[in-house]
Amino acid sequence: MEILDILLTANFWEAAIRIASPLIFGVLGALICERAGVLNLGIEGIFTAGAMAGWMAVWLGVDLWTGVLVAALTGAAFGFLHAMLTVPLGLSQHVSGIGVTLLASSLSYFIYRTALPNVSTPPRIEPFRPFEIPFLSDLPFIGSALFSQTAFTYLAFILVAVVAYVLYKTPLGLALRAVGDNPDSVDAQGLSVYGLRIGAVVAGSALMAMGGAFLTMSAFDAFFFGMVNGRGWICIALTVFASWRPGKALAGALLFGAFDAFQVRLQTQVGAFLPSQVFLMLPYFFAIVALVLVARKADYPRALLVPWFKGAR
Amino acid sequence: MIRFEPRQDTPAILSILAPVFAAVAALALAAIPLAFAGAPILESYRLMVQGAFGSLFVFSETLTRTTPLILTGLAAAVAFRARLWNIGGEGQLYAGALAAVAVGTGIIDGPPVVMIPLVLVAGALAGALLMLGPTLLKLKFGADEVVTTLLLNFVMLLFVQMMLEGALQDPMSLGWPQSAPIIDSAALPPLLPRLRVHSGLILGLIAAVAVAILIRRTVWGFEIRAVGENAAAARFAGIPVTATMVRVALISGGLAGLAGVGEVAGLKGYLTSDLSPGFGYAGIVVAMLARLSPLGVVAAALFIAAIFVGADSMSRGTGVASYIADLVVALSLLCVLVGGFVTRYRIRLVGARKAEA
Amino acid sequence: MSEINLSDAKITNAGQPVVLRLAGITKRFGPLLANDHIDLDLHRGEILALLGENGAGKTTLMNILFGHYVADEGQVLVAPKQGGDLGSLERGSPGAALAAGIGMVHQHFTLAENLSGMENILLGTEPIFRLVRRTGPARRKVEALIADSGLAVDLDIQVSRLMVGEKQRVEILKALYRDARVLVMDEPTAVLTPQESEGLFKTVRALAARGLAVVFISHKLGEVLAVSDRIAVLRGGRKVGEIFTRDADRRVIAEMMVGRDLPASRRTPRDPGAVLLDLDSVAVTGQGTRNSLAAATLSIREGEIVGIAGVSGNGQAALAALVAGLVAPASGTLRLFGEAITRPSPNAFARAGIARIPEDRHHDGVVGAMTVAENIAIEELRGPDFQRHGFLRFAAIRARAEVAIRDYDVRCQGPDAPARLLSGGNIQKLILARVLDRKPRLVLANQPTRGLDVGAQTEVHRRLLAARDGGAGIVLISEDLDELLTLSDRVAVMAGGRLSEARPTETLNRGTLGMMMAGHDEERAA
Repeated sequence: MEILDILLTANFWEAAIRIASPLIFGVLGALICERAGVLNLGIEGIFTAGAMAGWMAVWLGVDLWTGVLVAALTGAAFGFLHAMLTVPLGLSQHVSGIGVTLLASSLSYFIYRTALPNVSTPPRIEPFRPFEIPFLSDLPFIGSALFSQTAFTYLAFILVAVVAYVLYKTPLGLALRAVGDNPDSVDAQGLSVYGLRIGAVVAGSALMAMGGAFLTMSAFDAFFFGMVNGRGWICIALTVFASWRPGKALAGALLFGAFDAFQVRLQTQVGAFLPSQVFLMLPYFFAIVALVLVARKADYPRALLVPWFKGAR
Repeated sequence: MIRFEPRQDTPAILSILAPVFAAVAALALAAIPLAFAGAPILESYRLMVQGAFGSLFVFSETLTRTTPLILTGLAAAVAFRARLWNIGGEGQLYAGALAAVAVGTGIIDGPPVVMIPLVLVAGALAGALLMLGPTLLKLKFGADEVVTTLLLNFVMLLFVQMMLEGALQDPMSLGWPQSAPIIDSAALPPLLPRLRVHSGLILGLIAAVAVAILIRRTVWGFEIRAVGENAAAARFAGIPVTATMVRVALISGGLAGLAGVGEVAGLKGYLTSDLSPGFGYAGIVVAMLARLSPLGVVAAALFIAAIFVGADSMSRGTGVASYIADLVVALSLLCVLVGGFVTRYRIRLVGARKAEA
Repeated sequence: MSEINLSDAKITNAGQPVVLRLAGITKRFGPLLANDHIDLDLHRGEILALLGENGAGKTTLMNILFGHYVADEGQVLVAPKQGGDLGSLERGSPGAALAAGIGMVHQHFTLAENLSGMENILLGTEPIFRLVRRTGPARRKVEALIADSGLAVDLDIQVSRLMVGEKQRVEILKALYRDARVLVMDEPTAVLTPQESEGLFKTVRALAARGLAVVFISHKLGEVLAVSDRIAVLRGGRKVGEIFTRDADRRVIAEMMVGRDLPASRRTPRDPGAVLLDLDSVAVTGQGTRNSLAAATLSIREGEIVGIAGVSGNGQAALAALVAGLVAPASGTLRLFGEAITRPSPNAFARAGIARIPEDRHHDGVVGAMTVAENIAIEELRGPDFQRHGFLRFAAIRARAEVAIRDYDVRCQGPDAPARLLSGGNIQKLILARVLDRKPRLVLANQPTRGLDVGAQTEVHRRLLAARDGGAGIVLISEDLDELLTLSDRVAVMAGGRLSEARPTETLNRGTLGMMMAGHDEERAA
């Protein structure tokens, strides 16, 4: 099979979209935080926490959508922690984010291990099933790639539109974009800088956790140690790549998904000649290259990483 | 209403006590998950202390764990001083370990006076080179080094796995992915008979003193501090900012690489892909707990090592998952961050006085 | 000290009701008493100038009024919109100030640069959780305001692409859109050319005629006399006088503001010597006008001060970076002490004998977390005095600092105090000590007195003149025309990245400079 043949199978695109889905949540979440001026390096841990919390809730007996909600609330809680440290206290966003990542992942592993002390194979749940959208899924090629995904994937696509709408069409989005550029502009117009930033980090973190939940509730059906595997960091790189725009975030995540799916298929084609790790490395290099390509001309939110204190002008 | 007032000067005692309080606070907060796991709390802490310091044997284990943490802690501390966010200590550690087994498993042989420096230099060089890449990408292209160093950790681990299944695999390992053993002349000698603590610890202590002297007493150290505190003013004053950054990157990566050498050439004797239980990331916590002071790194590394070793022992005694150690480490980082705030600001409770009409 | 208190003369603005009253406002920052029991009334339709030196407490007072700061004592009273008795304003709430009809145009604009002017105006005026933005009626209102006030600006392009004057108009429109009855303007002319300032005065007077009460904060006596109805003078955090502008005596007010006679710096004529710095059609390419320079030609000779006039952001940053060794010419030749320089570096320039005083002394001048001694040594670190084999010589560094602290009267706790604890004036003295003590041949002084009180200003002027009389050539970049006309032997003007020919100061006055700053060529200006 030729490289072109890989790209022309519906199965490949179906996989690309599946791989992209958690990243869409992650990039949207990171984008909301950063638009408000807060870098959230807690993302890797929040992914893990969302994956664990959503999975465990379902495993304990709630239905899938409630599981998603549990994951989102878990992410929101860690986001609140990060927000309190970095917004009113103005502490280092880098260090706090790494602290939240370490805390969220170790707490998830601890809880998982405490709840299931002696399991050798991770227990499974009944995950989201592909939901074939009537008529559309019958379309040739794109039908099976695009319209035979799980409802969780559709939610990711819907959220892209929702986030874009809120950001560009509502007063809240206006304030959010302003607070990440110049907090004084928001303060001088009588809005709360702290409120907006804390809200953005909490909401963004909830989305990140949903990205994690996608892994255990849609892509797979169980929770493994180390399953997030750098996806959070990749989202941070893709956020820069997407210039903090929801539409480009979707495009970036899909591009990454396609690349990853391609890498897996390439491995089966030419795997005999190269060690499998070479292929597994490619997505990380892809993220680094994507970051390097845009970094110089990236239009960073001007107030990103800069703490703001009330009355300190 | 709570008000924060910036302090003009931080009392010296507060800067020393803040990390200590942070460590205590982290341990206290860990009581919540302990209680959740149904463990007897005081007994758990007692087992932890006993497990880390209770006998010469366990203390040797604690010191063995301290060794790589001193080096990764120094790596983070040096880099953070210059505001170079090297989060890639984990990958650099593996790079150092890989280089050590590449040159120290029999390709060349010689007396220990040649071989030991050789594996050390090879490991330091490998770690330094791995950090050089992200630093150049930051300087040339403005690519955030946090993300690139983090992603390179994953790449490096895959690269190690690849080498352990390929070029560096021990032919005697029956297909198991591990390297050939470090030859005797390249091994770091043990410090005490029948105990695992090895001369890498001395290396770590020397490195801590050397970094302390570098930072406080040399032109390079002055430049590192100036670039970290205010890069614009440093550039204006004629300090070579780019060269300083590259220098810091090499020193930082090199220190993390040495940590990897110590683990394979001093402790394990061969390389596997589970060599480090996150020493690179824990090094960040060590550096922050030490408030980036090189000598403080030694104390902080000992604390974190004791948590790891003690928690393992406590875990065996009470059945609590050993992830409790990672939890304490994470909590320490967050607590010391908040502690740093207290040293910079005075927290005042102000009665909410409503202006009367 | 003249402690004339004109407020005893019982000033009332006949017929017009009080819209705003500050009563006994007191604010401390640590040991500093920024505002000391200040009382002030503002009437409908009047322009009240708040005059005072830098550091007199003007901005603090207005930040309390607007809710950015909370006063330690005293209260802010405003008349309700529908009329009636004065009521107190909620403390520390910009939202409450806005709702009460108080608008503020800050010295540093509070605009989100990634939004359009219209979006900045609307920000915070709609319920935040509404699902749609209704911009139609809002736009009609803003357009009507523009038509009324003459504050013309393109509402739909991103603010980052507006000129400074246009950004200021957006700021004023923001306040008017919220039906402000009180408009506070903090140093509004600092970023404008003299001609633009005239336009602003016209607008402000028109707005006042419609009933708007304006507080006009300034440290420039001339413009205060030109625009205001009434003047309140602050000094050292206290209100030291209040007077109707029509009764004002320039000399009395100046003395009231400064607290003593203005010591005049005098320049003695002197023949310039050899050329030190020679720019021949040197261009710098950078981002925006601020950092670009178009084919500039200029030479600086021994024993002369060449002033560079211009509104900030017109390419002075590029010229300064060039002289500081931070950027290389994109084209043209830069000759320093006779040698063509192709690869400049700050370090080489400092060693060659250029004293460089940066524009932003906090950001580029000192490393705040490092000590006074370290900040004094920082430029000469690699020289033989302060290190041996790469190890620092602490004793030498300290000794140098102690001498510098004494000679330049740097007020600090000692050589080991962190530089961030120093006041702006003392940071500037520290920088002067660092760069002037080495007998420089060329001095770059970029906005050397901006934000300093009169004492520190005089000291800076004295040091610069002494360096000139000692034979140094000086490039003096400043926005303060009086400073330029007093100190400079020749003055050139920067406008839109272009540098005019440097002309002898005697042939220039404020008017001609103003025209040139606005971008008109000199022939037409002259």
